[in-house]
Amino acid sequence: MNAVCLLAESISDAVSNRVLILVQQTAELLGVQYNTLLVLVTAALLGAVSGVVGCFAVLRRRALVGDALAHAALPGLCVAFLIAGVRSVPIMLLGALASGILGILVIVALRRWTRIKEDAAIGIVLSVFFGAGIVLSGWIQNSTTAGNKAGLDSFILGKTSGIQALDLLVVAVACLICFLLVALAFKEFRLVTFDAPFALAQGWPTALVDLVLLGMIAVVVVIGLPTVGVVLMAALLIIPGAAARFWTERLSVMTLLAAAIGLTVGIVGAAASAQVDRLPTGPIIVLVGTALFVLSATIAPRRGAIARWMSGRRFARDIAVRRLIGELYEARAEESRGAWQDREHRAAWREAQRRGYLKPPARGNQLTDAGRAAALAALRDERLWQAVLVEYPELAVGAADPFHASAADVLPSAIVDELVTRLQSAGRWPAELRTIAASVGTSGAAAGGAPEGTP
Amino acid sequence: MNAQLLQSPLGDAPLEKPMVPLPARRDIRGDVVLGVVVAVLLALGVVLVARFPSPHLSWWTVALAATCSSACGLVGCYLVLRKMSLLGDAISHAVLPGIALAFFFTGEITGVPIFLGAMALGVLTTLLTQTLRDYGNVPEDTGMGVVYTALFAAGVIMVQFGARQVDLDPGCVLYGLLDFAALNTTTIWGVDVPRSMLTLGIALALTVAFIVAFWKELKITSFDAGLATAMGYRAMLVHYLLMAVVAGVTVASFEAVGSILVVAMLIVPGATAHLLTDRLGWMLAWSVVVSVLSALYGYALSRWLNVSVAGMMAVVAGAQFALAVFLAPRHGLLVKWASSVRLALRIVGEDIVARLYRGEEANAAGANVTGPLAADEAPPQSDVHHPATAWARLRRAWATSRLIDTGLARRTADGQLLLTAAGRQAGRSIVRAHRLWESYLERHFELPLDHVHEPAERMEHYLGPELQTQLAEQLAEPAEDPHGRSIPPS
Repeated sequence: MNAVCLLAESISDAVSNRVLILVQQTAELLGVQYNTLLVLVTAALLGAVSGVVGCFAVLRRRALVGDALAHAALPGLCVAFLIAGVRSVPIMLLGALASGILGILVIVALRRWTRIKEDAAIGIVLSVFFGAGIVLSGWIQNSTTAGNKAGLDSFILGKTSGIQALDLLVVAVACLICFLLVALAFKEFRLVTFDAPFALAQGWPTALVDLVLLGMIAVVVVIGLPTVGVVLMAALLIIPGAAARFWTERLSVMTLLAAAIGLTVGIVGAAASAQVDRLPTGPIIVLVGTALFVLSATIAPRRGAIARWMSGRRFARDIAVRRLIGELYEARAEESRGAWQDREHRAAWREAQRRGYLKPPARGNQLTDAGRAAALAALRDERLWQAVLVEYPELAVGAADPFHASAADVLPSAIVDELVTRLQSAGRWPAELRTIAASVGTSGAAAGGAPEGTP
Repeated sequence: MNAQLLQSPLGDAPLEKPMVPLPARRDIRGDVVLGVVVAVLLALGVVLVARFPSPHLSWWTVALAATCSSACGLVGCYLVLRKMSLLGDAISHAVLPGIALAFFFTGEITGVPIFLGAMALGVLTTLLTQTLRDYGNVPEDTGMGVVYTALFAAGVIMVQFGARQVDLDPGCVLYGLLDFAALNTTTIWGVDVPRSMLTLGIALALTVAFIVAFWKELKITSFDAGLATAMGYRAMLVHYLLMAVVAGVTVASFEAVGSILVVAMLIVPGATAHLLTDRLGWMLAWSVVVSVLSALYGYALSRWLNVSVAGMMAVVAGAQFALAVFLAPRHGLLVKWASSVRLALRIVGEDIVARLYRGEEANAAGANVTGPLAADEAPPQSDVHHPATAWARLRRAWATSRLIDTGLARRTADGQLLLTAAGRQAGRSIVRAHRLWESYLERHFELPLDHVHEPAERMEHYLGPELQTQLAEQLAEPAEDPHGRSIPPS
């Protein structure tokens, strides 16, 4: 055991000396301090790799598994320290990795074979392993000199001042491996992340791919421990991915974006922590990340809060206009007036005029030709969907969004014809539709235009 | 066809009755043994702690630990039942800025403002998570992860800069200071009582009061929130109240056990109790027992190894959970494994008896094709039920010897296995069940003839005399199964 440790030690020393010299030279070239550069590069790489791996964790609903892993890594860290006898970063990280993975296995086993649900399993593993880690670190404190213990403490909240060339080396290697894996197996990862059962049915080795994904999460969490700390490593894993999710619907874009966000967060956080005395790195990195997350959640196009609010308003207005012109067309606007709220009614009226569906008030608030066409399309869709929901509810559920697609487009034409006939005999089908249906086109409030109703 | 599938296979009556009748009386031997073991463990723990030097300090520390852990364990039961354990984790981290803020305003580390600040943050965590889920389309676990880590990070920085001079440093936040809490005392009615004991005692009392006052509401919303809402209970209100209590208990325990180990106190006792019982009242009681045991043994072990009490308590609680996972009376893996082995043995034994009976039947009909079967002879084709593995052979040998022991079969001098009278009766019942079920499937499920044997082979082991009678009635006492073999009388 000792021989192995010594060998690992000497190899890592040799390589980290190279890294040290490289960083020193670069620092001289750029005119910054050696330490600052080291910390910045490490934090940036760490942020980038956790962003990329975190995307898969977030999408696969494994956000809190990273949390459990980080906590469960602590006892392994201590045991490795006890075995190695010195603060040797690679050996301690291996120990952390081993106990983190053990923790994950316990979670999986508990969920599979006992009545304990996943949330409780995560909580139990997280806290009991962490407690064991605290006990072990206390034991180490008792049995060795205090100087060595200081190294363990920094794993809890993270410390950048302690970063050495070797740490950078470890992070860089892990980064390279993870990036390569993601680049090479992107298709497989994407498939398993979004639809594991389908992947399995297609004959992909789902379990293996899943294991690789989990392994990458474990590696990233463990290498992040010295810098960000146990408690907040989970955040670094979750936040870039969750923030990137707001901006895009494509996984490739999302991973790149998450990498960029992670990179930014790492650099800004490490720089702030280096500038201000006593500012722990982990929390400041997380706060910078949270700021980016909140920004994304607010202003991102389409998925951001503002965009969603506006599209919600637009949708409500759309519906109101359809309802209004439908009532006007069937000349029941007067009797239906009571069902409207005043403000809603005014807004719908204004919007209908803006769209050119209504003649100016001076000419009696009649529907224009475009208005009549739109009203017909709206009525047709509404009646058809109503009929579908009454007669064939099982078809309507999976078929489409009733407000955005016409039933005539998504349902088999035989069923549509049958429903139209029934509606006609019930007197709920606008008479004009027979002739006008084909010419409605796809413009106006509703898409459509399938020549239903024409023999 | 559909309607038939939805119907109970045996008409209307059995819908109230399960297909496999449950034992009339619950088997409580396991619980009794468990109770005795736990009582012995408790006594042993008390003796262990009493033997430490400076018993006064020891007892107060154990009392503090037990109080804190019990309060957490009680609310934790509800978290476990509601599948919200991780909300406990989130809240225990997220209360930190609340504590720090209250400290900035009042300059005190104990007292009502701290509690109010923490409770506000606890409820805020839930609110923010739900807001992210409802309005931001962020999955719940991701949202929770973002919210509580951000709040915790903010809290750490606030503590780092603002509260440096008091003992609210990150170390205390993370590990707790249970080891020293008993030293900081105050005098009440002439007795030296640790300050934390007051806080924790009040927290425990309030928790118990909350559970008693909202017993019915908590129960129904925990098990079926939809039903609760339909019946007019406000599930969301109870939810937020519970969150506030969790936050209060967490903050009371904070100083003693730290923010991460409080998760162990919250979840592990409840989860352990969940493995031990199916009744809510007993679950709460067991969680308290687990908490007290963790306090006793956690303290004893930590004194012995000279390490953090809170950490050791978490480890002891985890060990109890691990024991419960394997040894729990009804839900333990060992019991489940044993009962599945018993069932497998019964099925193998019944298969042998049925096979012997069929052999006799064939002989009686004059078609001496197979002759009496040797017990250890593998069935003609190994299928799902009769695999030809070593384990299957072992199982068959075991089942055979049990058949001989119970007097269902006997072995002749030349090694042949024959049925006794009792065995013939049993075999007839199984074959009857098998053929009745085949007839039933053929009649009601439109299965092709070559598809009815497999399900009947499985079902024959679960059709007792009562169900056989009902089946026969339903099928108007058929004489033959779909394959044309006669169905033996009961």
